[in-house]
Amino acid sequence: MNAALVVIACGAATTLQDGGRRGYLRYGLSASGPMDRLAHAAANALVGNPVDAPAIEFGLGGGRFRIEGGPVRLALAGAPCPMRRDGEPVAHHRSLVLREGSELSIDRPCQGVFATLALAGGIAVAGVMGSVSLHFRAALGGLDGRPLRAGDRLPLRPPPLSGEAERCLDPVPVERDRPIRIVLGPQEDRFTKGGIDTLLNAAFTVSNRADRMGYQFDGPEIEHGGDGFNIVSDGTVAGSIQVPGSGRPIVLLADRQTTGGYPKIATVISADLRRVAQRRPGETVRFEAVSLQEAVRLARERAAVIAALPTLPKPVAGEADRLLGANLAGNAVDALDEQD
Amino acid sequence: MTCRHPRLLTCGDTAITIEFGDAIDAGLNAAVLALDARLAEAALPGVVETVPTYRSLTVHCDPVAADPAELAQAILRLACSDLPSPRAGRIWRIPVVYGGEFGVDLGAVAKHHGLSPDAVIARHVEPEYRVAMLGFLPGYAYLSGLDPALALSRRPASRPTTPAGTISIGGAQALVASIAAPSGWHLLGRTPVRSFMPGRDPIFLLEPGDGVCFEPVDPGRWDALDRAAAAGELVAERLDA
Repeated sequence: MNAALVVIACGAATTLQDGGRRGYLRYGLSASGPMDRLAHAAANALVGNPVDAPAIEFGLGGGRFRIEGGPVRLALAGAPCPMRRDGEPVAHHRSLVLREGSELSIDRPCQGVFATLALAGGIAVAGVMGSVSLHFRAALGGLDGRPLRAGDRLPLRPPPLSGEAERCLDPVPVERDRPIRIVLGPQEDRFTKGGIDTLLNAAFTVSNRADRMGYQFDGPEIEHGGDGFNIVSDGTVAGSIQVPGSGRPIVLLADRQTTGGYPKIATVISADLRRVAQRRPGETVRFEAVSLQEAVRLARERAAVIAALPTLPKPVAGEADRLLGANLAGNAVDALDEQD
Repeated sequence: MTCRHPRLLTCGDTAITIEFGDAIDAGLNAAVLALDARLAEAALPGVVETVPTYRSLTVHCDPVAADPAELAQAILRLACSDLPSPRAGRIWRIPVVYGGEFGVDLGAVAKHHGLSPDAVIARHVEPEYRVAMLGFLPGYAYLSGLDPALALSRRPASRPTTPAGTISIGGAQALVASIAAPSGWHLLGRTPVRSFMPGRDPIFLLEPGDGVCFEPVDPGRWDALDRAAAAGELVAERLDA
């Protein structure tokens, strides 16, 4: 029997995600996929999977899982979630092995929102339209078109589990103190100069209206120009900052609507999408305009980092495994605290 | 088709929008669909997906494979070349049960325009519409061709949910909805047709450029048509084939 991961309990926003569902934007279906692509790729790299392999995404929550028919190698990356294996603290951003009957518990993250749990060999769930990614609104993908819940049993592909040393990876910080970089447009001409100044100078707080479709921000009202706040619907991208009549900006994300009738003042650069996604309701951000050239440079830099990820994990010494694991957990959290 | 002085709009590092105008207009939409067809032929490196809308084409690109600024100029050159006439789309007849629980706003729309509900249905059924775009949610078809006498700005407050298959109007637009969603549009009826159905071939019934006609059907036929559609039948009929 192949191994399986059994869900004992999990948060409401626990979903299967892979690289996303491509090719259907023209039919109104956005790609979904990980809210933090870097975390998703890192978790997969740690267990030797292709970086876009199906994995479990946690949104501001955690879960408890039991291994059937193990052993199973797995790793968690992204928002730092305290974890325990059979009650003993273990580290995220490193691989570890769970035996048959072992229990893994993942707590709500100390900081940030999204964490990804990857399992060596991958999750054997059939995709829909080329992807296992759950698209919430379309009830497409995931497990029967829904998030994971207690009682689910995820069959795993036979793992190429070898006796190799466990591996670890430094988390890439979210840099909470630095502004989110944006490129103005496509409809910046639908706003007054004061409206654009507000976007670039004020602080905005993530509201409670934040999910995989998009995050709405509270803050000073962004002023539209004389033509008002309705446009003839046109295309959106992940990162579009649309401003409805309330003047409160909404950053569209992985499960967004593909077209929209509100003017879009600017676009979050692709390399910073994860830095938006990892902010919780109540956290404050600022926006900084960069040139398109700079946005492209950063996108290419990010693509190179992800391409190199499979070679980056470093071996963890086997002897000191458990001790070092606990240690790493502390260090990782400290590093995030300092650099963010 | 000649140059309509399209405008390039930057959508960050992963997309470019080519805007032909800012109105709901058959000529603008034809230019958009023609450029979309030309781009598909051209297969420019770095182009990932395209999204035609009423008046613009959004081209999603891979900033690693191509420089978006250079790609934008190449697309603009194509947009300003002689574009082919858009292909003749398919024409679909879509059954609709109007009014009652199927179209809760029919009476209010009739009253607003000083028409009888039957006159609203007749005017909604009369035109051959064009699918100008698919967007918002999977399979949502936005149509051009609504009788201007029916145009009505959206409801002041949107409903938290409207049923799958809703046939509605908002402003000068007509809509075929696929899945249940919030909406501030006026609900005239419902179709059993699944414009989006994973596992069926085709997954998406309608393509941008297709023609759409509505056929009023008796509420008594709903259950049978809905069952057939749920079993994977198209239920919509092709009129051009």
